[in-house]
Amino acid sequence: MEAPLMHLALVGTPNSGKTSLFNALTGSRQKVANYPGVTVERKEGSFVTPLGRQVSLVDLPGTYSLRGRSPDEEITRDIVLGRTPGEALPDLVLCVADSTNLRLTIRLLLELKSTGRPLMLVLNMFDIATRRGVTVDVPRLSETLGVPVVTSIAVRKGGTAELLRRTDEIIAAQAPQPARPNLWQPLNVAQLRATQREADRIIAATISLPARPDTWTARIDAVVLHPVAGLAILALILFVMFQAVFAWAAPLMELLATAFGALGELVSDTMPAGILQSFLQNGVISGVGSVVVFLPQIVIIFLFILLLEDFGYMARAAFLMDRIMGGAGLHGRAFIPLLSSFACAIPGIMATRVIDNRRDRLTTILIAPLMTCSARIPVYTLIISAFIPARQVWGFINLQGLVMFGLYVAGIASALGVSSLIKFFMWRDYAPAPFMLELPDYKMPRPRSIAIGVYTRAKMFLQRAGTTIFAMMVLIWFLASFPQPPEGATDPAINYSLAAMIGKALEPLLAPVGFNWQIAVALIPGMAAREVAVAALGTVYAIEGGKEAAEQIGAVLATKWSLATALSLLAWFVFAPQCASTLAVIRRETASWTWMWVTFGYMFALAYAASFATYTIAVALGAG
Amino acid sequence: MTEQNGARPQMPLGLARLGYSGVIQHLAAGDASSALSADELESRLIELGFVEGVRVEVLHEGIVGRDPIAVRVENVTIAVRRREAMAIIVA
Ligand SMILES: Nc1nc2c(ncn2[C@@H]2O[C@H](COP(=O)(O)OP(=O)(O)OP(=O)(O)O)[C@@H](O)[C@H]2O)c(=O)[nH]1
Ligand SMILES: [Mg+2]
Repeated sequence: MEAPLMHLALVGTPNSGKTSLFNALTGSRQKVANYPGVTVERKEGSFVTPLGRQVSLVDLPGTYSLRGRSPDEEITRDIVLGRTPGEALPDLVLCVADSTNLRLTIRLLLELKSTGRPLMLVLNMFDIATRRGVTVDVPRLSETLGVPVVTSIAVRKGGTAELLRRTDEIIAAQAPQPARPNLWQPLNVAQLRATQREADRIIAATISLPARPDTWTARIDAVVLHPVAGLAILALILFVMFQAVFAWAAPLMELLATAFGALGELVSDTMPAGILQSFLQNGVISGVGSVVVFLPQIVIIFLFILLLEDFGYMARAAFLMDRIMGGAGLHGRAFIPLLSSFACAIPGIMATRVIDNRRDRLTTILIAPLMTCSARIPVYTLIISAFIPARQVWGFINLQGLVMFGLYVAGIASALGVSSLIKFFMWRDYAPAPFMLELPDYKMPRPRSIAIGVYTRAKMFLQRAGTTIFAMMVLIWFLASFPQPPEGATDPAINYSLAAMIGKALEPLLAPVGFNWQIAVALIPGMAAREVAVAALGTVYAIEGGKEAAEQIGAVLATKWSLATALSLLAWFVFAPQCASTLAVIRRETASWTWMWVTFGYMFALAYAASFATYTIAVALGAG
Repeated sequence: MTEQNGARPQMPLGLARLGYSGVIQHLAAGDASSALSADELESRLIELGFVEGVRVEVLHEGIVGRDPIAVRVENVTIAVRRREAMAIIVA
């Protein structure tokens, strides 16, 4: 007979290495980073112990207590107390501690004991603790606490061996034991204090902590958290990041663009002219290809973000920005979700689960899509490289990079502006929510985890190009190719197509902001995802312009659009709610259709207004 | 508990200057004008390790109104706003 499946759960204070352990044990690739509040969802995986027991493991958001004061902490509480519908009560709770900082975890462990669940304390990051000279009397600690204690190093090969061995022992011993009742009650202040005192007493008796802080962290923080130098460094990091997106990616992008150009030519030279040739050349290669060439930029931006996250800089940036964001009515914990939104608004919106106050969380969700996500990069780059000369300003700054930086700043400024307005109009009785955040010690980013992170992101980007974008391209190509022009027609074939009809129907609406019908056609499928707009423009102009156009979409745009139109389109994409998945996540996270439509509506209005203003001013200045 | 730092006057951590080091005497969550209720604020402070008898040191401060502050509490560094730190009475 097969032994029943064992359910294990990882519980612990934030940033103690739960997800690292989860990944090490189950071979998963969940997101790990050096700041509190990375995991905001329950994640499940499985593994087989050395003795062959099948184990299901859940990774949970970090928490300091079982009170569940924010949505992510509620997830953890509900799993531990067996309140999640359809979820087994864990057979063993692994309480994961950062061994350099045991006070808070041991208090949590004392609280967990009252739930009656079998427990094991995992002293993770034991490598760092050893290096700092922390010594733990493990048998004594285990005896005092009345729970098994093991040490582990989640990020080292074999670092979980002891954990696995003890798990097997516990599983073997546990079967006949009767379950203990759940006596957990939320701790009141006095109990909480008493528990922390007891934890401190236990630590004093079993652990020797040389009061030697991490000297590297102290030295780096002296500069990075300096009130003036710190802000300058933060600005410099962001600035270098956007310069790099342009400067470093350019050669690789050219290579990719040339490759797609050659592929397109190969298709047009070797295949007989006709529908299939047009589909491959205009729909697939010009459309999807025009998005795939942005892969190097996506990789670079993620590389930067992942390095900062793994190093431990994110919490510092939140510290530096706290009052500035607070002035705009944002919660201190909103910074990290907003910074994650630079990659993509979806994980950013999910990350708002760490915000305890409902209103603050909602404000953050509403403005997260204004942060410049990586899907805007293709749009921005395409237009910038077509219309902004690649000059050097003051000798060392790339003008194109500068404009890109300006667009990012526009996104941030408008997010802060919208947040101030929300605070001012909707929540008059606003009181600033507290900001309390652990600043973890710096850790050397590990090349392997960075590589995995970048690879995962690149794969996602290509997958999207191959699925969503490809599907949209097929549609666009079809609309732009049919019906075929009548016999003896003189205009370009596309002018007789469905796409032109739709685009021309919308043109009057978009004319005030300077968009032509081709842009109108690109914006509609662009609702699915922002990059689709680039691919759609690629296809539409390729069908219209033939072979040369297919190769250099940027060059074509430069001849077809005025500078005013180009700038107006840039302004449009700073604001436009052009992403169906983001809207879906907003609906899910706020559990309301209303807020989704509010987001859609206000962003749309902002986009139209901004484009209108940009276009009008640009035309007045003679750029029309 | 005051014997550790007998001579020094008590004051809220929220008023401490950069580099200040002292020992927590008690928590006075009702006195801080935080958006949180006194109980909630006190619970959170305890959960982050701010309990009586613990040594704290102000390591860093922000640029606007010297706020927030980064406080060393035993082996961790915690960022808090001065408004909430007013609830931590040190000497
Ligand atoms: N040196 C060392 N670093 C570790 C160890 N375990 C985790 N880390 C690092 O600690 C940081 C936090 O790890 P995570 O696994 O994300 O922590 P978590 O507990 O899941 O954090 P939350 O999801 O925010 O609660 C990362 O930078 C890891 O690389 C360890 O045993 N040794
Ligand atoms: Mg995690």
